[in-house]
Amino acid sequence: MTHGQNSSRRTAGWAGIHRGHRARVGERLAEIGIFTVSFSAIALIFLIFLFVGREAWPILIQSDSVNSAAVQNVIPSGDLPKLSREQIRAYLGIDAAQLARMDSETIRDLMLVREEAFASLPQSLQMDPDARRNTVRWPLMIPPHQWAGYSRPEFIWQPIGEIHKYNIVPLLVGSLKTTLIGLAFAVPFALGAAIYVSQIARPRLREWLKPGVELLSGIPSVVMGSFALIVMATVMQQLFGYETRLNAFVAGIALGLAVIPLVFSIAEDALTSVPRSFTQAALALGASEWQAAWQIVLPAALPGVFAGVVLGFGRAVGETMIVLLVCSASVMSWSIFDSARSITTTIAAEMAEAVTGSHHYRVLFLLGTILFAVTFVTNLLGDIFIHRLKGRLEGKR
Amino acid sequence: MSPSPNPTTSAVPLPSPIVETRNLHLWYGTTPALRGVSLSIREKVVTAFIGPSGCGKSTLLRCFNRMNDLIDRVRIEGECLIGGENIYAPEIDVIELRKRVGMVFQRSNPFPKSIFENIAYGCRLQGLKDRHELHDIVERSLRGAALWDEVKDRLHESALSLSGGQQQRLCIARAIAIQPEIILMDEPASALDPIATARVEELILELKRDYTIVIVTHNMQQATRISDYTAFFYLGELIEYNETNRIFTNPAIKRTEDYVTGRFG
Repeated sequence: MTHGQNSSRRTAGWAGIHRGHRARVGERLAEIGIFTVSFSAIALIFLIFLFVGREAWPILIQSDSVNSAAVQNVIPSGDLPKLSREQIRAYLGIDAAQLARMDSETIRDLMLVREEAFASLPQSLQMDPDARRNTVRWPLMIPPHQWAGYSRPEFIWQPIGEIHKYNIVPLLVGSLKTTLIGLAFAVPFALGAAIYVSQIARPRLREWLKPGVELLSGIPSVVMGSFALIVMATVMQQLFGYETRLNAFVAGIALGLAVIPLVFSIAEDALTSVPRSFTQAALALGASEWQAAWQIVLPAALPGVFAGVVLGFGRAVGETMIVLLVCSASVMSWSIFDSARSITTTIAAEMAEAVTGSHHYRVLFLLGTILFAVTFVTNLLGDIFIHRLKGRLEGKR
Repeated sequence: MSPSPNPTTSAVPLPSPIVETRNLHLWYGTTPALRGVSLSIREKVVTAFIGPSGCGKSTLLRCFNRMNDLIDRVRIEGECLIGGENIYAPEIDVIELRKRVGMVFQRSNPFPKSIFENIAYGCRLQGLKDRHELHDIVERSLRGAALWDEVKDRLHESALSLSGGQQQRLCIARAIAIQPEIILMDEPASALDPIATARVEELILELKRDYTIVIVTHNMQQATRISDYTAFFYLGELIEYNETNRIFTNPAIKRTEDYVTGRFG
């Protein structure tokens, strides 16, 4: 006791700084460090969103600078003297600085190129009214449109071709279909496994099961996708006898397999963290282990379980490789036994061939922005719901 | 039923033993926790189990409703009879047993549900659905646990909004809602403040008119205040079992005296 007092008195005067105070300086530095790290993590995510959003911006605001019409308006190069600089700039689709660097000879050449390009187009296209449409306008990207040669209005995603058809609805539906099938398949399995492992299984069995299921999350999605493409697709077609071998259903089930370990792991943690005393109280009242798990532990763990489902949704929506491998025809269909092309798959498959800054490139970034927004809103709503649920469980209302 | 041959169970009254153990042994893995305990507990009295930590008193209590079944690698030998039936016999339905032998735990553990649902849960398990009947049972149980007046206006609020002492009385109400014959209490007041403790003790004295109560306690004053009989355990053995005032004023065995006078433990 006296020794402790002595030593504290000695360190109190060390270098004129009180020891307790020095410790507080260290804590303060650590706090600043942690704050910086966590803040930059949040800032980074925000910056990524800004980057994605910036590339999609001209389409979001429907700027004239993005024009995907197959047949552009042509002004004969002879009319150049009659045009204002602003008209030239808008016609060539360049910005003012670029225009300032060009002499009139260059401008005339560019206008000639446009004329020749138009002249080289097939006659049918020159006459097609759709070819003159800017296809990155909302009325063509969201509602169905009756394109020349079609008997009725349709949703079509066909970015490559003479007329670029950028209707994003088939992709949204594709993402929705595969994700919902995946979750509908994964959640019951993951939840059942989590309840079994956390509540019913004997400790020794649990020690094997939990790492076993979690090991599944280590399977690269490209491996899972290949397995689904080669094995599952065939087996399931024989089982269910549908027509299209590679369809949203197969992709969804494969997605589900990839999501199960994630949902399982989080749900299992949530269920395990419910105080054992709840189970004991239920058992002491004459509940069976299943009744205790289902009626008492699961409701108490619901916020955590739901968080697992929300994360599973995020994973399923964001998963690219599995859907890319299994099916990727962008047909517009609500049937789960038709092909589907998800948002992520589209970005992965087409980004490499889209010219930077082109309309195709920008539409792909628009898809990225939508994906970002969807996951953000889902997580936000999920969080609010979880918060409410927790409040109700803890009696705070 | 013949009284068990045990030299330490001295002068335990014969009328209607409701719980009886005969040479009960229990091991956790290879560690013995109970070494041949034989005692009989009378109906509608309060019996207290005392002894230092690790003496096996909670383990024995949990034998009476087979809560030890939940622990892995538990081995039990000997007999434990409730109402004359060996509850470790293979034909015994554990769930039926637990309806007859209720339990209140050391830390209050109300479910994260409403007060009403907490009390009604045991009855719902038995298939009771009628809302009026459930309400009657809830009211009766809460009155029985001296909690009705405090919570009658907020039966549908979360049980976790109650204070610690109220939560523990809620747990007692939950236990008596299914009308067991025996209530086991594992240090029910050890996590409560003195005022809440006093209320729980009063309640126990009330309850013994209708129920047989077995209580584990670390608090010897509590044992003297509420129990009629006291059993002293040490290292898994029943050292002495007698009327409470005898145990505390005139124990037959030196080790009991050392413990109740605070010389060790």
